[in-house]
Amino acid sequence: MWDYAKVAALGLLALCAAIAANYARDAAYLVHAIIIMLAAGTAFVWSIRQLDEEKPAPDVATGYMDDVVRYGVVATTFWGVVGFLAGTFIAFQLAFPVLNFEWAQGYANFGRLRPLHTSAVIFAFGGNALIATSFYIVQRTSAARLWGGNLAWFVFWGYNLFIVLAATGYLLGATQSKEYAEPEWYVDLWLTVVWVAYLMVFLGTILKRQEKHIYVANWFFLSFIVTVAMLHIVNNLSIPVSIFGAKSVQVFAGVQDAMTQWWYGHNAVGFFLTAGFLGMMYYFVPKQAERPVFSYKLSIIHFWALIFLYIWAGPHHLHYTALPDWASTLGMVFSIMLWMPSWGGMINGLMTLSGAWDKLRTDPIIRMMVVSVGFYGMSTFEGPMMSIKAVNSLSHYTDWTIGHVHSGALGWNGMITFGALYFLVPKLWKRERLYSMAAVNWHFWLATIGIVLYAASMWVTGIMEGLMWREVDANGFLVNSFADTVAAKFPMYVVRGLGGVLYLAGAIIMAANLYLTATRGEPKAEIAAVAAPAE
Amino acid sequence: MSKQPIKKKKDEVETTGHSWDGIEEYNNPMPRWWLWTFYACVIWGLAYTVAYPAWPLVNGATAGLLGKSTRADVAAEITRFEEANADIQQKLVDAELTEISADPELNSYAQNAGAAVFRTWCAQCHGAGAQGAQAAGYPSLLDDSWLWGGTIEEIHTTISYGIRYDDDSRFGDMLAFGRDELLSDEEINQVVAYVQKISSQEFDEAALGDGETLYMDNCASCHMEDGTGEITLGAPNLTDAIWLYGGDADTLFETIWGGRAGVMPPRGGAPAAVVDEAMIRAVATYVHSLGGGVATE
Repeated sequence: MWDYAKVAALGLLALCAAIAANYARDAAYLVHAIIIMLAAGTAFVWSIRQLDEEKPAPDVATGYMDDVVRYGVVATTFWGVVGFLAGTFIAFQLAFPVLNFEWAQGYANFGRLRPLHTSAVIFAFGGNALIATSFYIVQRTSAARLWGGNLAWFVFWGYNLFIVLAATGYLLGATQSKEYAEPEWYVDLWLTVVWVAYLMVFLGTILKRQEKHIYVANWFFLSFIVTVAMLHIVNNLSIPVSIFGAKSVQVFAGVQDAMTQWWYGHNAVGFFLTAGFLGMMYYFVPKQAERPVFSYKLSIIHFWALIFLYIWAGPHHLHYTALPDWASTLGMVFSIMLWMPSWGGMINGLMTLSGAWDKLRTDPIIRMMVVSVGFYGMSTFEGPMMSIKAVNSLSHYTDWTIGHVHSGALGWNGMITFGALYFLVPKLWKRERLYSMAAVNWHFWLATIGIVLYAASMWVTGIMEGLMWREVDANGFLVNSFADTVAAKFPMYVVRGLGGVLYLAGAIIMAANLYLTATRGEPKAEIAAVAAPAE
Repeated sequence: MSKQPIKKKKDEVETTGHSWDGIEEYNNPMPRWWLWTFYACVIWGLAYTVAYPAWPLVNGATAGLLGKSTRADVAAEITRFEEANADIQQKLVDAELTEISADPELNSYAQNAGAAVFRTWCAQCHGAGAQGAQAAGYPSLLDDSWLWGGTIEEIHTTISYGIRYDDDSRFGDMLAFGRDELLSDEEINQVVAYVQKISSQEFDEAALGDGETLYMDNCASCHMEDGTGEITLGAPNLTDAIWLYGGDADTLFETIWGGRAGVMPPRGGAPAAVVDEAMIRAVATYVHSLGGGVATE
């Protein structure tokens, strides 16, 4: 009965999408309606073919639902390479504007590709990594199969449909012009549905856990899922101009809109890129190091302090704007207070390795995780420092901010994800080990040197252009024009692009290594018994 | 728990006793330096909110003990520079226009101030580099072809009073020969061909007809018999290959048929209190220096 209802719903959705495509008022909406029609149509046909098939029994060997995690690992790797490629390309577009090809104007110029890059790395690469690892971790640390049956599959496919709609929308010019919240209203609505399903799967699994206590990684994942839902809904409150068009109008206006946007933007960093990835760190670091977590007390205090303080720090993105002084002060003060709670995660990560430092020499995966936690500590020190108004008056709008974001994103988020992927693939595909540890070593060094080139060049250009912008002569006139600063930054832009090339090369090596591990790795001799319930 | 807990060394602190997928947790205390630094940040933060504007109230917010205000800081900084520049601004107002560029100190100030004023009030139409925009009839200020004169006095007058804006503005009238039925379309085409001829362009020989006669009767009073224009009337030179709107046949037809009446507001539309006499002189000096400035005789 349920299956027939599903088939009917999919057919109806495909039909509605076809009608919407017919009435579409702009190119982005038209393409999106066709994509949705094809996706729903494919699912419709597939579901019909499955109707009278025998349901495959769950994987009795582990009892865990790992297929969806395997798909997530593949998607993470794929989107990672795509996102790094887009980033490297737009880095060179900035250095060599001729790469904004005349024939591709309006589709592949910097303005269109930049949100494609940011969304591809944060939401496609990072988001798939978070969903996949959280599904893996919550099952094992709860000793329970994922709740909700195929709902986990809906989360995976639904989330990746969101990615495709967002990415194609950017290229076709559909954007709300809100950083990290660019997708238009119907894409936002779709993500809301998917995210609620994600919350249900995650929470349902925790509720039926067979462990007495909830592991720390799951606290972080849960706070990430709940807070992102709240942020997403409030920042995307908008009214569509037409039900058949992509454009929408924001509910908030002026400085209220700006404040809502950066409340969202800052906590997207705080809960998506920090809390969620700390959840990954709290599982994979102790597993790979084979050591207990350093301090339970520290984890509980830094968790609550982090999630309480992070939510107030957004106004530091709007220093010296129309935002009132009082809001600016609060944003700065909460950012400073956030410093130690952020570092709690770094301390717990690094100190977990104490007693296993010798592994740094032999295990490049551990090395990746250590560098990741190190960059986490560095960027969570840099962030509060840049939130100080006096520092911000120099750093704001400069490349320093870009460098800061990337030392966090490439260093912390990227490296911990790479470590997790190297950990997961042999386990998920039941292999003895990775295909090549030498390739992991290469990846480690390429990525690390790439990050150093990136961050260092952006510090130099950021501070340089900040100083050039504020330079005035004795009469109070600006000494440099904006174009002067752009010209001065050229060499460092090339260095930054080369850093991106190295980082991308490392990721491609990883993708090849993971593929060879899954396809040609030595099969694992026997599968260890696990604490999973039969279901 | 069927999985063996991860091995740990002897003589270590206790774990909490839980194990998840083999992961245990030590019962270590929080590092003291971490805890005290956290406390210090919190205390500093609270103290900072007492010293600076911070806590929102029903109307407004706490002002802070130090009385800090970003807006007041900006106003103070502007006042400081205005006071520092008062002398040189007075000197700029008192100087002969033609002598500003000869005084290095005055010239440097006028150039910088003029460039700043230009970027704020003039660049919207004339372009950031003063290159103009032909499609909309905004003249380039880089060449030496001037509608209303290129000496510094003439530029100063144009900026001060504008063009076709109010009774004080400069005024010239390019008639709408076609719309007002002064000339037929065929006659306009003949004038177009003649104008293209005297501007040394390729032109349609067959269309020329009575073009020269028509030009002499209708156009020469302002643009002169040889087509070199008249600055006092704002009538452009038609022979120099520099076009305000464009010199192709279609654009010339449009110009003659409908007339042209581009407007420039005085001071680029800036309030007189913002772009005062000193600033008008500064921007005149700047524009005069861009490459097309004409020496005063």
